Amino acid sequence: MNDTATPASVAETGRPAVRTPANYKSATKPIWCPGCGDYSVLSSITKAFSMLALAPEEVVVVSGIGCSSRIPAYTSCYGFHGVHGRALAAGTGVKLARPELTVLVAGGDGDGYSIGGNHFLHACRRNVDLTYVVMDNHVYGMTKGQPSPTTEPDWDSKLAPGGTGVRAFHPLVIALASGANFVARAFSGDPNGTADILAQAIRHPGFSFVEILSPCVTFRPEQRTWKENVHPAPVAETDDPARAARRVMTDDGFNMGVLYAGRRKPYPLGRRADPVGVAELEAEFAA
Amino acid sequence: MTTGSMDNPAPARAGLSIALAGSGGSGVMTAGTLLLAAAAKAGAYGLMVRTSGPQIRGGEAAALVRLSATPAESLDDGFDVLLALDWQNVQRFADEIPLSAASLIVGEAAEGEVPAAFLATGARHVALPMKATAKGIAGSWTNMVALGVAGALAGLPREALAAALRESWKRDEKSYEANLAAIDAGMAAAGKLGAVPSLPALEPKAGRWLISGNEAAGFGAIRGGVRFVAAYPITPATELLEWMAPALAKVGGTLLQAEDELASINMIVGASYAGVPSLTATAGPGLALMTEGIGLAVSAEVPVVVVDVMRGGPSTGIPAKSEQSDLSFAVSGLHGDAPRVVVAPTSITDCVAATQWSVHLAEALQSPVIVLSDQFMGQSRAIVDRPADSGVVGRRLVAEPNAPDFKRYRDTPSGISPMGIPGVPGTAYTADGLEKNELGTPSSGARDHRVQLDKRARKLAKFDYGAAWADVDGEGELAVIAFGSSVGPLREAIARVRASGVKVKLVAMRLLAPALPEKLDEALEGVRQVLVVEQNHGAQFYRYLRAWFDLPGRPESFHRPGPLPFRPAELAEAIVAAAGRISQPRHEAIAS
Amino acid sequence: MSAEREKAQAGAAVAEDRTGAVPQSIPALMAWALWLELDAAERYRELADAMEMHNNREVGALFRKMETIEGKHAESIMHSMEWTSPPPRPRGEAPWPGFEAPENVAHEDVHYLMQPWHALTLALKGEERAVRFFTALANESTVPAVQAAAREMAAEEQEHVDLVRAWLARVPPPDERWRDDPDPPRYLD
Ligand SMILES: Cc1ncc(C[n+]2csc(CCOP(=O)(O)OP(=O)(O)O)c2C)c(N)n1
Ligand code: SF4
Repeated sequence: MNDTATPASVAETGRPAVRTPANYKSATKPIWCPGCGDYSVLSSITKAFSMLALAPEEVVVVSGIGCSSRIPAYTSCYGFHGVHGRALAAGTGVKLARPELTVLVAGGDGDGYSIGGNHFLHACRRNVDLTYVVMDNHVYGMTKGQPSPTTEPDWDSKLAPGGTGVRAFHPLVIALASGANFVARAFSGDPNGTADILAQAIRHPGFSFVEILSPCVTFRPEQRTWKENVHPAPVAETDDPARAARRVMTDDGFNMGVLYAGRRKPYPLGRRADPVGVAELEAEFAA
Repeated sequence: MTTGSMDNPAPARAGLSIALAGSGGSGVMTAGTLLLAAAAKAGAYGLMVRTSGPQIRGGEAAALVRLSATPAESLDDGFDVLLALDWQNVQRFADEIPLSAASLIVGEAAEGEVPAAFLATGARHVALPMKATAKGIAGSWTNMVALGVAGALAGLPREALAAALRESWKRDEKSYEANLAAIDAGMAAAGKLGAVPSLPALEPKAGRWLISGNEAAGFGAIRGGVRFVAAYPITPATELLEWMAPALAKVGGTLLQAEDELASINMIVGASYAGVPSLTATAGPGLALMTEGIGLAVSAEVPVVVVDVMRGGPSTGIPAKSEQSDLSFAVSGLHGDAPRVVVAPTSITDCVAATQWSVHLAEALQSPVIVLSDQFMGQSRAIVDRPADSGVVGRRLVAEPNAPDFKRYRDTPSGISPMGIPGVPGTAYTADGLEKNELGTPSSGARDHRVQLDKRARKLAKFDYGAAWADVDGEGELAVIAFGSSVGPLREAIARVRASGVKVKLVAMRLLAPALPEKLDEALEGVRQVLVVEQNHGAQFYRYLRAWFDLPGRPESFHRPGPLPFRPAELAEAIVAAAGRISQPRHEAIAS
Repeated sequence: MSAEREKAQAGAAVAEDRTGAVPQSIPALMAWALWLELDAAERYRELADAMEMHNNREVGALFRKMETIEGKHAESIMHSMEWTSPPPRPRGEAPWPGFEAPENVAHEDVHYLMQPWHALTLALKGEERAVRFFTALANESTVPAVQAAAREMAAEEQEHVDLVRAWLARVPPPDERWRDDPDPPRYLD
């Protein structure tokens, strides 16, 4: 699966290897429905990795369960396709254990906001230096079209005939309120714009949250028109949480761009620079 | 028809096994569903199992249909007919669609070569231009031509196919006519295919049902009195929930899609604590998440029903395929000494009664009941006789208003103590997962712990489960013990070996926990040897039985993992082999 | 967006076919031209893979063919510029409007049951957008060499338009039920 340009070319040419986005794709073909927005998200992620010239073996893509969560195997990076809703927990573990790695956690709105909702809150407030990408299609794709926390209250489905009647969740507001250090919204249909935002998110210290509107053409075919609704956020990015809060609270759901890039200190990573030997621990027991 | 069944001269079952295969948009599932519906109208029994590739849309798929004059809740050993609308990736199903030299392959003429895996069986191949036929009838679909072919091969009357089409038709009249014409064209084309085993002439029978195990379990739950459901979608349990959502609303109940399984289980514990019989449905990954909440229901003595529609595990495993591998987890997967009830339906039909009974047990015992269904039963559709209403409904022992000297966890002889229900004056208490004294006050005292552990174990052990604990059938020195969807093919295997003179007893266990050694001892009266059959890799049922019961002889195990369903022939072979070993002195020595 | 699309379909090269700064040199122009082709080739590859995965071989083969054509076009640009590897994608706003390069077929516009007619119609629209893009560039540019090169690119894209149109004439249009799938979607994980 790791059919990537090898760093050996550095030695040969004396220059760092140029890795095209294709170098970050694996030979495994996605099972996503043709037309699914997740294809473009995959492509944006690989573009962002390529822009940052990351070595694929130094990137870990972590996910839970869902259509979107199948993404790790489609990259040539290290992948972790865990269990439903626990992607952020697993990703946090990876990053704490190996701070030098780039960790990208990805998944769907059900995975991240419903079963994984609690982890989402705590990942935001903990502010570990990783990037969390949610491919939000306002539906559970993989289990055949049930409402998710971002689904409109009147969306009719088999499991919730007539709609849930429950107000949709606003991920950006919650992320901001919970302490995420970088909050952005992107659209799958704009792969280059999304790649730019992702690259910025990965570079930004702390917990970076990127919500990507990614249509589910099978269960929400009406989302095909999203490309006509999205628009760049009419404001510049801010590091002031109060301004960002006002901005996202008045959001129409289609503002794209970086809405907040904060300056919170990330969760301290890394081990002691001067570790002691085990033998030293014995000292205190010495009679 | 396949090697297995040829070795075992079996009582011939009149009927046909046909696999309809094709890729995205071919409509084989719809054709299979209509074929089954038509067979039901014609008075036949039958079963349809679905299988498909990894894609949500457009993937390769097959409807595995068995039609028969007698009740059939198992697939046969192989297929008489494989009817393919195209061959794209259909070879993936070669294991699931065993063919023999006696089989017939009907392939779409415009779709090229039959995959080698199918031709290698020696089956006869005939190409039919089904696509061209459909093209020739404006507004018709190729899968309806295929339905006509399949219907004619099975010996179904045209009226039955027409009636099935009519009932499912949601489009306009003109296209109904067109598709009926396509069915006719298919029936005419089938004339050229030569004979295959088909149904005898049957009389339409009133009172038959067409139902999946998931629907049956949902229906049984409502019959048993469930009025609240909280659950999180998961394959293969989602259809159970999707069936219940509107059905519950109709009977005045509520279904809520929770944010996860931790929420689901705790919501139903809360709802039931408040007095409403409650249920959740899930599969292995969800059951794993629920364990803490199920333990709470054990400790706080709150009745809940948890349906686990088992799929291949561990972890995310094989989501849309069957396996009986959550058994160990269901019978022992809770922390602490936590007695619980585990019930397994023995057939699609039995999903109704077993779930209904489970509600009754949960309520009567104030205990969680885990219902172990599985993907095979849950997602297959069968023509069955209407399951009679056993009439059992969940009824819990409730304290009278202002009951004198009310103690929620009173140490009664039966172990069952009246529950206080919120809203009722004078019986207020705090339900708790902490250990407690009889009043319900948290206690870490050694005596209280002992008393409450005894009480919770006693109420399950002493309860009168009646005859429903197992279906025991036949006599013989060899007994086969099984549960769940293994029972269907096993019954068929047993019928075959009995026809060739082998005496064997069947014990299809419905109540898996608590273990009732006296009941099984009684059922195994005169038995010298036991064979345990189950579909998992670790022989979980075998080990469980050996831990809890004194089984006669040297117990044998026949087990293998999913995803392929058991075939009657492999089970018949295992039974004959086990029966052959009974007379061997080695066993005598051990038994004596 | 949709109004803009409609105008674009009307055929005339208008301001909506272009945005941002006009490349001022041949290498700047050709770098964008190259990326336009590379983007299109990558998209066709993704679409071909998706169609193959979903058993739509006919359309898969067609997208594969388009991938090859766009790839060849990219190669010829590299060759004419004597580039051995693609220059890095120019930073900043692309000279075309919308989210993607003009030739790209959008993911949301495909369907697993689509027929060659749909695929070719989408491809044709992409090629036409490319013609209009280069034509508009040529019209706006004040650098004669850039004007000439843009016109040449437009002419090449016009050849693709003609080619795809000829193919399109040979495939039957779909009937109105092309997207009917009698079977429901499937449950997965
Ligand atoms: C514990 C557990 N519960 C339920 C499931 C079933 N399940 C698989 S994916 C999914 C939801 C997927 O929705 P989302 O995260 O929005 O992703 P999408 O498929 O839309 O990309 C569910 C409920 C599971 N795998 N594990
Ligand atoms: S079901 Fe929806 S989310 Fe899943 S692959 Fe298909 S289009 Fe994408």
